[in-house]
Amino acid sequence: MLSAAPGGRVHGRSAGLGERLIEVGLLGCGLLSIFTTAGILFVLAIETFAFFREVTLAQFFFDTQWTPLFADKHFGIWPLVSGTVLTSGIAILVALPFGLLAAIYLSEFAEQRVRKVLKPALEILAGVPTIVYGYFALVFVTPILQAMIPGLAGFNSLSAGMIMGMMIIPMISSMTEDALYAVPNSLREGAYALGATRLSTIFRVVLPAAVSGIAASVILAISRAVGETMIVAIAAGQQPRLTLDPRLPVETMTTYIVQVSMGDTPAGTLEYRSIFVVGAALFVMTFTMNFVSQRLTRRYRSAV
Amino acid sequence: MKHTGRRGVVIERLFVALCLGAVIVPLGLLLILFADVLSDAVQRLGWAFLTSFPSRKAALAGVYPAFVGTLYLSFITAGLTLPLGVGAAIYLEEYERRGRLANLIELNIANLAGVPSVIYGLLGLGLFVRIAGMGRSLLAGAATLALLVLPIVIMASREALRTVPLSLREGSYALGATRWQTIRQVVLPMAFPGILTGSILAISRAVGETAPLIVVGALTYVTFLPDSLGAPFTALPIQIFNWVSRPQAEFVLNAAAGIVVLLGTMLALNAAAIFLRNRYQKRTY
Amino acid sequence: MASAGAPTAPEKLRMTQSAHSRPGRPRENSVNSEEAATKFRVRRLAAWFGSQQVLHGLDLDISKQRVTAIIGPSGCGKSTFIRCLNRMHELVPSARVGGEVRLDDEDIYGPGVDPVLLRRRVGMVFQKPNPFPSMSIRDNVLAGLRLTHQLARAHANEINEKALRSAALWDEVKDRLDEPGAGLSGGQQQRLCIARALAVEPDVLLMDEPCSALDPIATARIEDLIHTLRERYTIVIVTHNMQQAARVSDRTAFLLTGELVEYAPTDRIFTAPSDKRTEDYITGKFG
Repeated sequence: MLSAAPGGRVHGRSAGLGERLIEVGLLGCGLLSIFTTAGILFVLAIETFAFFREVTLAQFFFDTQWTPLFADKHFGIWPLVSGTVLTSGIAILVALPFGLLAAIYLSEFAEQRVRKVLKPALEILAGVPTIVYGYFALVFVTPILQAMIPGLAGFNSLSAGMIMGMMIIPMISSMTEDALYAVPNSLREGAYALGATRLSTIFRVVLPAAVSGIAASVILAISRAVGETMIVAIAAGQQPRLTLDPRLPVETMTTYIVQVSMGDTPAGTLEYRSIFVVGAALFVMTFTMNFVSQRLTRRYRSAV
Repeated sequence: MKHTGRRGVVIERLFVALCLGAVIVPLGLLLILFADVLSDAVQRLGWAFLTSFPSRKAALAGVYPAFVGTLYLSFITAGLTLPLGVGAAIYLEEYERRGRLANLIELNIANLAGVPSVIYGLLGLGLFVRIAGMGRSLLAGAATLALLVLPIVIMASREALRTVPLSLREGSYALGATRWQTIRQVVLPMAFPGILTGSILAISRAVGETAPLIVVGALTYVTFLPDSLGAPFTALPIQIFNWVSRPQAEFVLNAAAGIVVLLGTMLALNAAAIFLRNRYQKRTY
Repeated sequence: MASAGAPTAPEKLRMTQSAHSRPGRPRENSVNSEEAATKFRVRRLAAWFGSQQVLHGLDLDISKQRVTAIIGPSGCGKSTFIRCLNRMHELVPSARVGGEVRLDDEDIYGPGVDPVLLRRRVGMVFQKPNPFPSMSIRDNVLAGLRLTHQLARAHANEINEKALRSAALWDEVKDRLDEPGAGLSGGQQQRLCIARALAVEPDVLLMDEPCSALDPIATARIEDLIHTLRERYTIVIVTHNMQQAARVSDRTAFLLTGELVEYAPTDRIFTAPSDKRTEDYITGKFG
């Protein structure tokens, strides 16, 4: 529809078909992330259902052995879970004090100039490929620990967990620092006005005010450790074992997936499906933790 | 003021030192790690190491196919993930800013960023290798990595798009430009350096990934170069994993040398990103 | 921010105006002997941001090839008003418009009207000069045509020169057309933005406080330019500076909290306002 007005038309369409196709294409790009999630759920679900047609839930949850690769097959998930919990537990025991203290330093003590250097430097810890950490744990840390701790196996959860802890320090420190930073200065000033020292202000006022943010960072860091693969695959061993002894070889859920994948297992076999089942369990665990962490983050953001 | 005696001051100083230590000690350990790797690596590093195929003799084994595989992977991954990631970012920033769909996508991207990389491997195995019939190929590996780093590319691109002032978009609309004309000729040129920097960092992350490639089925002992998208492949991290898992101690040196090549590649990518950012920042008037 | 300092005497304002020998007589293209033809006919115009209403039913006619000034204190809706004339208002998420705006007797909010095509007829210059930073001076001028794919290569130089001459910028930049537009001074940047708007050949030019970011000398140059441009274009200028309104405009509308308080020939607004609130505002009692 054209108008006869002087100076040109205002009716009609400037945006042709091309413009609308572009918008649809861009929408498609945006939706791809949703398809990715759907794809993950779909792939995990179909293989998991196929798996549970052959293995009962009772076998999965009540057996204490995990030996799908042996002639005498057992499908109890707990040895893999214990390996995962053990390595992640050690990691968080290492990362929590370092991460917290580092965050306190960066947020409460460091000069702006120092902070600008140290903060990105700390982030490098999370950017080193995990295969490099795995090498470090196996080749460097384990021999040193073996000299100190009698009975420490060549593959053990202790050195893998410690190095994993080093990797997740920046996750805790940067999120905690954000949380500390969000504590309003008026609270600090209020404490100082009452005659509190810097230390008691930090421990009695600032940290308690930031507690949900700190919790969020710790949960996210645990989730990251639970999903971490290469460090444990290299340094913690590949033997499913229901134990909490950090000196022994264990196998985590992620390591099991790698172990089976290295063997080129044909599709459709129970072994092949078992890695998707373990993956599904892993997905549920990490998703839950990420979800809780996000909720906590939102709470402190809206509270402050 | 009776509580802030000298004892209090000493305790506070000690605490500050402890906190500083919590930053310095991990960084020191990282330096030791790099030094250790480097000292192991020097015995293997050299032109021969870069240009040799793997071998049963540790002293002769090199990273040539793994290095080439990593280069191929990063190029294909970039080719797949950049258009998709930038497209998604444009949609979220320029078209759907506050809609319900945008919220859903945003939430979803945040969740995807927290999914362990090994699960992306399972996605690639189930979807690309099996259902799409790509087999254990270079393309399947790259597609898997592309999905893995997609959230990073999207987040970096959105950040870059947000730095373009609204006044420029308005200036363009006031001239009678359509939305896409505005994006294409005003917004994207300005956001380009930021998008590029973020994307290179995302690719650098992909280069260091091991677990998803193992699950998708990268080979560990390759004596040829991939000649097509459908060819089997290996990559640097896979080769390192293979060497570090061998019982013979002399292969540890190969692993160390492989790590140096891997870190060197990532460092080069990061340096390129920083260089590009500085260069374009100077040119933005 | 209204005119700072002491209340300005209307007499002084009138003197400033007359210095520019503004023709008070109707021109050849007038419809009748007294008034010029109507370019915009605005009826019951209302605008919202979300649930907040910022314009409450404005009625006014804007004459062709005249300069119409919109004045009023900050937040009175004067920017929103002109952004309704080229449908820029609706670019803000949650923004809504009601009522009717006719351009040459066509309802610009009517069905089938494309705001993009409308904006090619109704150009706009913003408060802060916003040349495209990634483009040279020449590319900035041609941006509108290039963005909309209307540029024939052969005419590029010709259009560029014509637009820059119209914006009184040609002599200052003709030797550095390939340098970045953002390298110019603030006043030059603003004239570059005017050239950019003129290159699309609109018939209306909306100016949203075009001099608020400029120094007095640059402001004077833009005002001179407005005087030349009024020969060919219908100009609507929003300003918080009452002397500026008095100097450049034929008619002035005074807006207060989204309502049109008074709309009259500029001389009358500044010498004999009929509304008490207008008088209070122009004498600096508030704003």
